[in-house]
Amino acid sequence: VKELFSSLGVQCNILELDQVDDGANVQEVLSEITNQRTVPNIFVNKVHMGGCDRTFQAHQSGLLQKLLQEDSTYDYDLIVIGGGSGGLACAQEAAILGKKVMVLDFVVPSPQGTSWGLGGTCVNVGCVPKKLMHQAALLGQALNDSRKFGWEYGQQVKHNWETMTEAIQNHISSLNWGHRLSLREKSVDYVNSYGEFVEHHRIKATNRKGQETSYTAAKFVIATGKRPRYLGIQGDKEYCITSDDLFSLPYCPGKTLVVGASYVALECAGVLNGLGLDVTVMVRSVLLRGFDQEMAERVGSYMEQHGVKFLRKFIPVMVQQLEKGSPGKLKVVAKSTKGPETIEGVYNTVLLAIGRDSCTRKMGLDKIGVKINKKTGKIPVNDVEQTNVPYVYAVGDILEGKLELTPVAIQAGKLLARRLFGGSLEKCEYINVPTTVFTPLEYGCCGLSEEKAIEVYKKENLEVYHTFFWPLEWTVAGRDNNTCYAKIICNKFDNYRVIGFHVLGPNAGEVTQGFAAAMKCGLTKQLLDDTIGIHPTCGEVFTTLEITKSSGLDITQKGCG
Amino acid sequence: MKVAVVDYVEPSPRGTRWGLGGTCVNVGCIPKKLIHQAALLGGMIRDAPHYGWDVAQPVLHDWRKMAEAVQNYVKSLNWGHRVQLQDRKVKYFNIKASFVNEHTICGVTKGGKETLLSAEHIVIATGGRPRYPTHIEGALEYGITSDDIFWLKESPGKTLVVGASYVALECAGFLTGLGLDTTVMMRSIPLRGFDQQMSSLVTEYMASQGTRFLKHCTPSRVQKLPDGQLQVTWEDLTSGRENMGTFSTVLWAIGRIPETRSLNLENAGINTSPNSQKILVDAQEATSVPHIYAIGDVAEGRPELTPTAIMAGKLLARRLCGQSLDVMDYSNVPTTVFTPLEYGCVGLSEEEAMARHGEEHVEVYHAYYKPLEFTVAERDASQCYIKMVCLRKPPQLVLGLHFLGPNAGEVTQGFALGIKCGASYEQVMRTVGIHPTCAEEVAKLRISKRSGLDPTVTGWRG
Repeated sequence: VKELFSSLGVQCNILELDQVDDGANVQEVLSEITNQRTVPNIFVNKVHMGGCDRTFQAHQSGLLQKLLQEDSTYDYDLIVIGGGSGGLACAQEAAILGKKVMVLDFVVPSPQGTSWGLGGTCVNVGCVPKKLMHQAALLGQALNDSRKFGWEYGQQVKHNWETMTEAIQNHISSLNWGHRLSLREKSVDYVNSYGEFVEHHRIKATNRKGQETSYTAAKFVIATGKRPRYLGIQGDKEYCITSDDLFSLPYCPGKTLVVGASYVALECAGVLNGLGLDVTVMVRSVLLRGFDQEMAERVGSYMEQHGVKFLRKFIPVMVQQLEKGSPGKLKVVAKSTKGPETIEGVYNTVLLAIGRDSCTRKMGLDKIGVKINKKTGKIPVNDVEQTNVPYVYAVGDILEGKLELTPVAIQAGKLLARRLFGGSLEKCEYINVPTTVFTPLEYGCCGLSEEKAIEVYKKENLEVYHTFFWPLEWTVAGRDNNTCYAKIICNKFDNYRVIGFHVLGPNAGEVTQGFAAAMKCGLTKQLLDDTIGIHPTCGEVFTTLEITKSSGLDITQKGCG
Repeated sequence: MKVAVVDYVEPSPRGTRWGLGGTCVNVGCIPKKLIHQAALLGGMIRDAPHYGWDVAQPVLHDWRKMAEAVQNYVKSLNWGHRVQLQDRKVKYFNIKASFVNEHTICGVTKGGKETLLSAEHIVIATGGRPRYPTHIEGALEYGITSDDIFWLKESPGKTLVVGASYVALECAGFLTGLGLDTTVMMRSIPLRGFDQQMSSLVTEYMASQGTRFLKHCTPSRVQKLPDGQLQVTWEDLTSGRENMGTFSTVLWAIGRIPETRSLNLENAGINTSPNSQKILVDAQEATSVPHIYAIGDVAEGRPELTPTAIMAGKLLARRLCGQSLDVMDYSNVPTTVFTPLEYGCVGLSEEEAMARHGEEHVEVYHAYYKPLEFTVAERDASQCYIKMVCLRKPPQLVLGLHFLGPNAGEVTQGFALGIKCGASYEQVMRTVGIHPTCAEEVAKLRISKRSGLDPTVTGWRG
C-alpha cells in the first residue's frame, strides 16, 4: 500500500501501531469505528478505504484516484436517494449538523397508475393509511358494541369507501406537505426526480418530463425502499391491484381476493372485512412467515371466525377480466400446491400482497460497483450501514438482514448521519425491536418467536408462560372469551430473562411498546411478578402470568376477573 | 390452611347493596371502566362518519340498557367469586363481623342471627366507603355516592359532582360522555397527590368536552324541590358570594373513610391512625397485634388500588403458610385515572422529584403529540401530552412517567416494568418505537423543559 501511494505521488500520514505506546488501544478504536482489526487500515480524505485488498480494488476501479482529488468540488456533502422514512431522517439530521444535503424522491407509478408525494411508503402507502383504515374497521366493530352499552340507533350501518379514502388522502397530503416544509426549513434541497449513478460520486436525476440534471456528492445514502411484487402470471399487472393502489382506490373494491399471507395481506384483508366486504385470502403455505407461528395461526383463526375466508395451499395461475368497471369483475384460476386440483373464483378486486422487491436494480449501482444480492436486490452493509463502496451507505427496507420497519429506518438514518458528520460512534441496535401487526385482533411482539427461541436455546432451557384473557370492554359487548392471548418466553439459565414477548388483543401496539423498553433493560419473570398491574387493563395480564406450557395446565378462563 | 371469608355490605344511605367481591368488582374499577367504555363508545360513534360510517347524529343513550348490562356482568363476577371460594374449599359467611377478642369475631346476619368464629390468624380487609359531608344540610338525605351511581336503574340526569378526586373526575367524565349535563364542584385543586400539571390538563380536556367546573366552591345546603329536583346552595370562595343551582342528582365524591368503626377493634387491641382511622400496619402487614393483619384500602399508608391489595394478600398468605418470606414492594406502583382523556402514571410527579432531588438535578422531557386516529376524526389533541421525569446525571434514571392520551393504562403498564428494571432515559431512547402508536412517542421524547424549545411533535418529524 505504501508503494502504491508512492507510485501515485501521494503524501501519506503513516502511523506505525507497533511503534507507538498505545498502539493496541488505537487498534481497538479502529476496530470500533471501522469494523476492521487488521492493518494496514487506510483512510483517504476522511473516508475509510479499508485494508490492502480494498485499496488495490479502489485503485483498479478508479475510485481511489477520485477520492484523492480535492473533494471540495462536490455539489453536496450528502445526496440521499429516496425520500422515505430512512432517507428523510438521515438527510435532516445531516442538515442539522451543518451539511449541504440533497434528497431525491421519485415515485414510479404503479401498473395501475397510482403515484404519491414525498414521504415514502410509510406515509403514503404503508403504516399511516393502513392504520387509519384499520381504525375505520375498528369503529365498525365499536358501533356494534355500542348498542350493548346503551347507544341507540336502529338501522344497519353502511360504510362509504369514498368518504373514508378522501379523508385519509387529505391527511396524507398534509404529511407530504409537512415533509416538504421540514426539508425547506432545514435547507435541504429536494428534487422530485429519479436518481441513478452514472459514475463515482455522480448521479443523474430524471424528472417526470424526462429532463436530466447531474449532481455530485462526497457521500451517498441509498434509501429507495421497496415496491409490491407481482406474481408473473397472465393478467396480474393488468387487472390486479396492490397496497400501492388500495389506499387511494377511488371506488369501493367490493368482493376481494387477497393473495398472500404477509402482514400486508392479513392487515388489508382484515380491514376490508371490517368494512363489510366479502373477503377471501389465498395462502400458498404458512401465515406471517418469520413470525411466531402459534400467534400467526391465532391471528388467522380470529379472522376466519369473523368472516374472512381462507383458501390454504393454493396459488393463482391466471387472472381474467370478465367485466370492466369500478370495480369490474375478475375471474381467478388457482392451482393447489399439493396436487392437480384447480379452483376458480369470481371477484371484483384481486389484491396481490405476496412480498416486496427492492428498488435497487435500475439505479446504476453496477456502474460504481455497489454489491447487491442478485436474488433479492437487497444491499449487504456492515454494522455502520456502509456498502462495499466506501462513500456509499444504505438505510431502510433495502438492507439485507435488517427489519423492514419505519422506526428502524429512521433510527438507522439518524445515527448514520451523526456518525458521518457529527463525530458520533453510536451504531443502530437491531435487537429486541418491537412490532405490531394491525390485524382485526392485533398482534404485538418483541424478541424471539417460540420456534426461534427453541432453536437458539433448546426447549429444556426455556419456560413459556401463557394465558388467555378477556378484555373488560369485551364482556358487556358479548365478544369472544378465550381468544385474546398473552405469552412470554423466558431463558431459565439467565434468571428467567424474558427473551420473547407476544400479545394478541386490542391495542397490542400500545401494550407492547413499554414492555420492549423493559426488555431493553433486562426484564426477567421475577420483575414481572414484582410489578403491580394497572387495573383494569389488558397489559396487566403480564404481571400475573402463572401457568407454564410445560405444566400442561388449562388456561381457559371461566369468565370472571 | 383452613380458611373462612366473612363479607358483608352495609347498605348505603340510599339502600344500595351488592354481592361478594368488594369495592373493585361492585362499585369501583369494574363498573367504572365499563361505563367509561360506554362513554368512549359515544365518542367513537361521533368519529365514525369521518371514517365513512353512515350513522345519523346525534345518537342517544339509554342509561337503563347500559346499567342492566353492567349490573348483570358484576353479578356474574359475584357468582364467579363464590364458585371460586367453593372450589378452593374456603368457607364463606355473609355476616357483619366485629371483634370479641384477639382470636374471636362475632358475625351478625342480615336477619340478626349471631355466629362466633375463632381463628389463629385474622386478616382485616374491610376496605372503605364514601364519605358523606354530614355537616351539610340535606347531604345525607338527598345526595348519592359512587356506592349508588353504578346501581342506578334510571339515568341520574343533570348531575352535580362534588369533589376533585379521581372518583369525582371519572364519574363526571363518563356522565358527560353519555350526554348528561354535568358539573364538577371543587374546593381547591384537582387530583390532589397527583402531578399537578397533568391534573390540570385532565380537567382542561374535560372542560373542552362540555363538563362544567365550579372551582373554589363549597356546597352549604341541599334542598328538595316540589318537582323532585335538588336545589344546591354553595359558596364561591373567591368572591365570597352565594350561588344556587338545580340538579336531578348530587353525587358526593369527597373521599373515602375506612370501614373500621363497627369492627370493635378495641376488643382486640388493634391500633388505628388518629388522623385517617385506618389500621396501622408494619412492612409485614401486621397490626399492633402480631397474629392480626390488615391489607388493602383499610391499611394505613398503602396505595388504595386493587392490584396492590391483591398482591399484598397473596404474599401475606404465602408468608403465613411458611412458603415464602417475600414482602410487598409498594414503590413505583403504576396507576391510571380513567377520565375521558386517560392519565397513566408511574413513579414520581414532577413536584415530588424536584422536592426530593432539587431542580438542578432533575431533567424533564416532554412532548405534545397527536394520536393518528384523531386526525381523520378531527379531534382536538391539545391535551395529549407525555412527560418523563429523570435524574439529570447520566445515564438519567427515569424517576416518573406521565402519559395523557387514549389507552393510557395500556401504554403505562409496560413502561412501569421498565422503571422496575431501573430504566434510564438513554435506554428508553434506544428502544425502537412501534409505528404508528401513541406509546412510541414515549420512546421519542427529546425536548427537555429546561431547553425551553417547543415540545409539539408533528407528523413529519421522524
